[in-house]
Amino acid sequence: MHDVKTEVALDSAWSGGKSPFAIGSKKLGMWLFIVSDTLTFSALLITYSYSRLTNPDWPRPFPIYPAIAFSTTMTVVLLASSLTMVMAVMASQRNDRKKTVMWLVATMMGGLIFTGLHLTEWMNLIFKEHFTITSNPEGTPLFGAVFFGITGLHMTHVMIGVIYLGIVAIGYGRGKFSAEDVEVNGLYWHFVDLVWMFVFPMIYLMSVKY
Amino acid sequence: MNTQAHAEEIHAGASVGTNLAVWIGLVAITFLEVFLAYEELKPTVMLSILVVLSCVKAGMIMSWFMHLKYEKFSLVLLLIPATIFCLCMMFIFFFPEAFRLLQMRPH
Repeated sequence: MHDVKTEVALDSAWSGGKSPFAIGSKKLGMWLFIVSDTLTFSALLITYSYSRLTNPDWPRPFPIYPAIAFSTTMTVVLLASSLTMVMAVMASQRNDRKKTVMWLVATMMGGLIFTGLHLTEWMNLIFKEHFTITSNPEGTPLFGAVFFGITGLHMTHVMIGVIYLGIVAIGYGRGKFSAEDVEVNGLYWHFVDLVWMFVFPMIYLMSVKY
Repeated sequence: MNTQAHAEEIHAGASVGTNLAVWIGLVAITFLEVFLAYEELKPTVMLSILVVLSCVKAGMIMSWFMHLKYEKFSLVLLLIPATIFCLCMMFIFFFPEAFRLLQMRPH
């Protein structure tokens, strides 16, 4: 027989045998990964902000067309893919496998369109404007390293996300994955979207050509 | 309320209409940012405004799309203060050296 204090402690979410955060281990693992990846991108964006503000000759290579028009479209496409991901998670929670797979494929399409537009924008910058990772025709050469480094790391995340979505879509469609797997996949995809919400204004909009 | 029902309520999330409203809000803030980019503000002012707007967008994505608003508050307490603490540590160690480098720049 336990006393009152012990009974209260045993009744607590922290007494063992249950999830204190009321989420599964996969979801908690993804959240912890997101925190660590947040710090990676934060470190890059903090050093970028410092370089941007302390270099008076920072290049401004982004005219309204194609660069800003493309990057704004990419932002809207990525946001739209987040909405389709929300729909996929909702469908999976209703156990509607067909619609879940359909929304996951729509999200993949969003990711692929984003990557396609981004690569077009990169090609334009490299071959027409002659910007590379080590040099550029005007301003500090640091620009290329920062621009291609940060946007390249983000694009890598998007491409990994598209592959991840494909694996989850196939697995969930075949009944091997659960709704929790779709939700965890959704967390990753929304995080990729969230990072772009910082990259787009800080990298592109801070270097528009007037 | 039993534990199962409580968990279901926590993970129910927002309705389609709410998510759509959040999405429209995010797109609207994006267009506001593009508009501001052509206002020719000082880089420090511009960067500050953009970072604040981006933080608002990040908060909206985490709250509704990533369901953090509907999770137990203990999860929020686990994730957010730890991230802010690490960011503060980055600032503490980064900026003294960054400003020292600026003073060393040849004029």
